Amino acid sequence: MASLARWIRRAWDHDLAWSLRRSPVTVVACFLTLACVGAALFAPWIAPHDPFDLAALNLTDGFTPPAWTEQGQAKFLLGTDDQGRDVLSTILYGARISLGVGLASVLFAAAIGVSLGLLSGYAGGRIDAFIMRIADIQLSFPAILIALLIDGVARVALPTDAHDRIAIPVLILSIGFAGWVQYARTVRGSTLVEKNKEYVQAARVIGRHPVAIMLRHVLPNVMGPVLVIATIHIATAIITEATLSFLGVGVPATRPSLGTLIRVGNDFLFSGEWWITVFPGLALVVLVLSVNLLGDWLRDALNPRLR
Amino acid sequence: MIWKRLLLAAASLLAVAGVAHAVTLRWAAQNDVLTLDPHSQNHATTISILQHAYEPLVRYDKNFQVEPCLATGWQQIGPTQWRFNLRKGVKFHDGSPFTADDVLFSFDRIRQPNGNMQIYVSGINEMKKIDDHTVDFMLAGPNPVMLRNLTIFFIMSRAWADKTKSQNVQNYKDKEETHASRHVNGTGAYLIKSWEPDKRIVLAANSNWWDKREGNATEVIYTPIKADATRVSALLSGDVDLVTDLPTQDVARLRQDPKLKVLDGHENRTIFIGMDQHNNELKYASVKGKNPFKDVRVRRALNMAVDREAIKRVTMRGLSIPGGLMIAPGIHGYEKEIDRIPPFDAEGAKKLLAEAGYPNGFEFTLDCPNNRYVNDEEICQALVGMWARIGLKPKLNAMPFANYIPKILNLDTSAYMLGWGVATFDALYMLQSLARTKTTGADGSFNQGRISDPKLDAMIDAMKTEMDQKKRDALIREALVTVRDRHYYVPLHYQLRPWAMKKNVTTVHRANDAPESRFARVD
Repeated sequence: MASLARWIRRAWDHDLAWSLRRSPVTVVACFLTLACVGAALFAPWIAPHDPFDLAALNLTDGFTPPAWTEQGQAKFLLGTDDQGRDVLSTILYGARISLGVGLASVLFAAAIGVSLGLLSGYAGGRIDAFIMRIADIQLSFPAILIALLIDGVARVALPTDAHDRIAIPVLILSIGFAGWVQYARTVRGSTLVEKNKEYVQAARVIGRHPVAIMLRHVLPNVMGPVLVIATIHIATAIITEATLSFLGVGVPATRPSLGTLIRVGNDFLFSGEWWITVFPGLALVVLVLSVNLLGDWLRDALNPRLR
Repeated sequence: MIWKRLLLAAASLLAVAGVAHAVTLRWAAQNDVLTLDPHSQNHATTISILQHAYEPLVRYDKNFQVEPCLATGWQQIGPTQWRFNLRKGVKFHDGSPFTADDVLFSFDRIRQPNGNMQIYVSGINEMKKIDDHTVDFMLAGPNPVMLRNLTIFFIMSRAWADKTKSQNVQNYKDKEETHASRHVNGTGAYLIKSWEPDKRIVLAANSNWWDKREGNATEVIYTPIKADATRVSALLSGDVDLVTDLPTQDVARLRQDPKLKVLDGHENRTIFIGMDQHNNELKYASVKGKNPFKDVRVRRALNMAVDREAIKRVTMRGLSIPGGLMIAPGIHGYEKEIDRIPPFDAEGAKKLLAEAGYPNGFEFTLDCPNNRYVNDEEICQALVGMWARIGLKPKLNAMPFANYIPKILNLDTSAYMLGWGVATFDALYMLQSLARTKTTGADGSFNQGRISDPKLDAMIDAMKTEMDQKKRDALIREALVTVRDRHYYVPLHYQLRPWAMKKNVTTVHRANDAPESRFARVD
């Protein structure tokens, strides 16, 4: 008990916590992010309907407006879409897919980027030049184009009936591959600085294996900036996923993510069924904005020059 | 030098003047053409563009009555022999004259197995050249629908095909490209100046056309716009003048726009679901060792579980006529009394499935286009839900039509959605294409579920040659009822197809949903 109290005390006094307390916007963003993550995680328990249960769908419920409007029904708080799915439930489940794909692709991108960056910075020479030129080339393409390319190739290469099953892994891979460069460049820069420091030279002199030096000694000292990039990248990854799904190459229509919902709803915007696209759009804005604000704050808080 | 400059200046002045006189009709619809080869793909959008450039011997007038086109007259000179007099002085776009050789050549070309438009010359055994402007048709038997079939038999120049090595029909299934699949040389009212796939097609009026255009559009720019909202926005913002393939949800609003007008009309098309009834095991299903769709009870259950009224009200916003027949009203053979829809009955369907040995249902994949028919993917999604409610576990596999159609043509499907428009306005066209046992020719050309019913085949073959109208109508009726009661297909509805255009555009609505620019006026 006492140790827990001490731990909380220490966390409270920590620089980060201090900086968090001083920024009310960040506190709000923090709460919103937590709320989104919580809503996504517990979607099956808090969502009023299961939008993926085809047998429970009823087409005759289609296009019900939100509950507070004249023709609204209490059981569909934010209305229903063209297939009679409850918009609120679909947003909750959709946020789940968006967040899951976002997180997984960031982890994937970070894993590739950090290892290549470490290798590049530590090994130097030709390996460094090779990896960095690839990074340069990739940087000259927009991330969405690369994601589209990988997604397109995967779709052609894999059998059609497997598309639904592999849609999400393919999406994660394509967004991940599109985003590793930033990590690699940052980590390489920091590694170049770290590898000439005395503790690394000492480790080398006592004959530690280069891989061990990279992982045990250099890596922990270059992770700070990676954390910042990753946070901001989550927001970008969610947007990329939404864009891909909006373009119709992302997740299958029967298991919609926020992007898919916005795409479907977009067709009905003119005809007056605004709720189908507006609510998922708002959810996406809130999610991405709060994650971005958190990332911004983290960047400033971890920057020694701004302290 | 000075002369040269003056000439250039005069030429550019002329060019400017020419531009000022051009009347452009900008038309947007959902799909691009599949090919420019007029004998390759029996595909509505493709035909609707190609009919501007290629012409048949006979064509439809505004009321879908047959009128002379490249043939000026025809008469029956024997029980199975018809004589066609060809129009003299007609020139192809490249300037070569139109003669009987071109008709004979096109006849051989359309019958090649690589295309799927043989149906338009079915029943014709042979064509004989009598002289340069007379051709005799030797028929297999009396043929009551020949003239109507011939409206989509497009004539290609033999000299041009020889020159460009386009004698063979493009093999579309294997993605072959030929000169004729990219270039056009017909006799029609418009030249196809360019085709940028998925971007635009530019047509220019043929100043040497033998007939007079009723409208004034000298240039037509066709833009395929896949996204519904974008297509409607293009009309609202004035980027296009005419939009077909209107999204159902926007029709009501477009009607109220003072700058626009909506031309109403129904289409001669049935939207339906087909099922593989040939393979002993379905390719995309959980049932192993047998094919549940061979069992009429399963097909009937699928049919009964479809709530067509809900589809009409929610998905189609009233713009459909729920249907139980495979032909739409207005087509010869359609009768209201036999157009019976199985009453929506989920419980009954469940019972039927249990009787057939599938009390827990089974999984199967429903293939579906997502940019061809009105709300195609949405309808399929709704169907998947309706079938899930009777215990089946259908999976939806929706894709763009350009990927979809080769898949369906290769019989790589277990259940699929298709729409069938009847270009000839006679039930035989549908029955022969969809219900007759599949052959390499016109019979069963789109019978992708490979239904094979000898009794039905006999009826269809009989109506091909039956000249006694009463007997023929009885055959049609019996065949339609057989298809309905054996549930060989699950017909969903007939489409209503309003077109929207700017107030200054006048054109004629066509039940084949294919605007003809020769009727179009832009004031």
